[in-house]
Amino acid sequence: MASVTLSGVVKRFDKTTAVHGIDLDIADGEFVVLVGPSGCGKSTTLRMIAGLEDLTSGDIRIGERIVNRLEPKDRNIAMVFQNYAIYPHMTVHKNIAFGLRMAKLAKADEERRVREAAAVLGLTGLLERRPSQLSGGQRQRVAIGRAMVRNPAVFLFDEPLSNLDAQLRAQMRLEIKKLHQGLATTVIYVTHDQVEAMTLADRIVVMRDGRIEQIGTPTEVYRQPATMFVARFIGSPSMNMIPGTTGQGAVELDGLGRIEAPGSAEVRRPIFLGVRPDDLRVAAGGAGALTLEARINVIEPLGPDTLVYADAGGRELVAKADGRAALRRGEAVKLVADADALHVFDAGTEARLS
Amino acid sequence: MTLGFDPRRDPRKIAIWTLVALGGVVMVMPFAFMISTSLKSREELYDLRLFPLAPTLENYIYLFRESRFVRWFLNSFVIASISTASVLFFDSLAGYVLCKYRFKGRQIVFIAILSTLMIPTEMLVIPWYVMSKNLGWLNTYWGIMFPGMITGFGVFLMKQFFETVPDALIDAARIDGLSEFRIFWEVALPLVTPALSALAIFTFLGSWTAFLWPLIVTNSASNYTVPVGLASFSGEFTTEWNMIMTGAAVATIPTLVVFILLQKYIIRGVILSGVKG
Repeated sequence: MASVTLSGVVKRFDKTTAVHGIDLDIADGEFVVLVGPSGCGKSTTLRMIAGLEDLTSGDIRIGERIVNRLEPKDRNIAMVFQNYAIYPHMTVHKNIAFGLRMAKLAKADEERRVREAAAVLGLTGLLERRPSQLSGGQRQRVAIGRAMVRNPAVFLFDEPLSNLDAQLRAQMRLEIKKLHQGLATTVIYVTHDQVEAMTLADRIVVMRDGRIEQIGTPTEVYRQPATMFVARFIGSPSMNMIPGTTGQGAVELDGLGRIEAPGSAEVRRPIFLGVRPDDLRVAAGGAGALTLEARINVIEPLGPDTLVYADAGGRELVAKADGRAALRRGEAVKLVADADALHVFDAGTEARLS
Repeated sequence: MTLGFDPRRDPRKIAIWTLVALGGVVMVMPFAFMISTSLKSREELYDLRLFPLAPTLENYIYLFRESRFVRWFLNSFVIASISTASVLFFDSLAGYVLCKYRFKGRQIVFIAILSTLMIPTEMLVIPWYVMSKNLGWLNTYWGIMFPGMITGFGVFLMKQFFETVPDALIDAARIDGLSEFRIFWEVALPLVTPALSALAIFTFLGSWTAFLWPLIVTNSASNYTVPVGLASFSGEFTTEWNMIMTGAAVATIPTLVVFILLQKYIIRGVILSGVKG
């Protein structure tokens, strides 16, 4: 087990810069998820930690050691890849034991570790099969098994569930979480799926264009997004953004009236008011800090809740209603949100103001 | 044996089968005449019937007892085997590097290798000869073999096949602690066995049937390869067709064996690499 520290890590490929000098401290035993859209540099960062890409500048420490120049095998890490990367010409047993054989472990010890990992991952009956005879989920388990037996200080996962169907993904997500709880090893996990990020992480690192936008617990990132990008990226459906102007204790929303916003700056400036669909209730009456008149365009029943796409002053907003509510298309409703559910962002810098 | 279809219902298939059957006959006829001629006596040689009136093994006995055929066969076999092993190893190594490593000038190297495919052997024979003479390689195994130890075609073929090996497998092997050569040898190479088998067949056949260069570089009968040796049965005034055909019949055996053996690996390789991503 070990902590991982990135300081000023930069990665340039020819003329493009993939990672612009990031700093990140990951505590021993922590589960950190790097999340962001494709091309944000999350996989490149992971590959640099693994030693599969060289750093252009900066330092990576695993434990106390600077590992910049160490070979992947000498970094005491294990990695699970998106497309499993298990050797097709070897049996499950050989696949799992391969790394151990390279490490010249005693035969009995190797066998014991393979058996243990297989038992944990439910692969005991499949050890003599070849990868082509396994399902996607089983293959990913073999890949995890191969990582586990190495007893690494840090587990690296590069979008390990992307190739699985939705049901299997949910199941494997749970298994990975259990595995982490059992082993308590440091995990760095890359995904573009914000649900995976929210459910698995102790801390989430949201990345964009090779920079870190925000580091925080899932609740922090969800409840207090540092930028408009994070606000939109985390949470589904995305946060509603209403343009407006702030100043002198109030927010003037374009075409949607004025709301009180105590503590807002004296100087008037353009802003975006963000409100999550989960926090925007569909109500027949009543009032909150934000109350908007709207007309329902589309209704999407999800079972427990219903998503309501409604037109408020020419702007489409998404709100959530109770699944049992009887709503009709074209119906006039009120969309209501409380003061603590409102997020104000600077329209220029996109940074959070409140 | 059934045809697998009802000919009355599908006239198009009849046409196709007839065409294929004709093609088969055209392919097999020279082979059949080769065997037939090898079993004919000198008197019957120019009688073009397919089945000899008095089949005899005297040609085979002469070939093995009196001529140097066994020596030529051995020469050919050693040369073809070493050339094939060398091509498989070096071409796949070069193909792997060109496919999986990023380095300056990679594209130029690849184009340079590819462009060697456009130079005909006939053009190279004189420089090869001069080189062999200067280096003392004339009339040696090495002299016969050296132009075919690495081939541009093989490098190209292997590079294309290595594209099908996912980079993640190579990364995984790096993390597992394999050296770069062992990644090539233990991870990448086993996944391109169909290509290796195909390349082995092409190379072995190419080397086994090579004529022009071995003819030029060898000057003593004991260093001849099979094609050069067989050609020596054809003199200025007479051609011993029976001996040429007998030698050719024996010479087809290794090529058949190589093909039959490796064909199995091609199929096995296809099954192996049929892992969905």
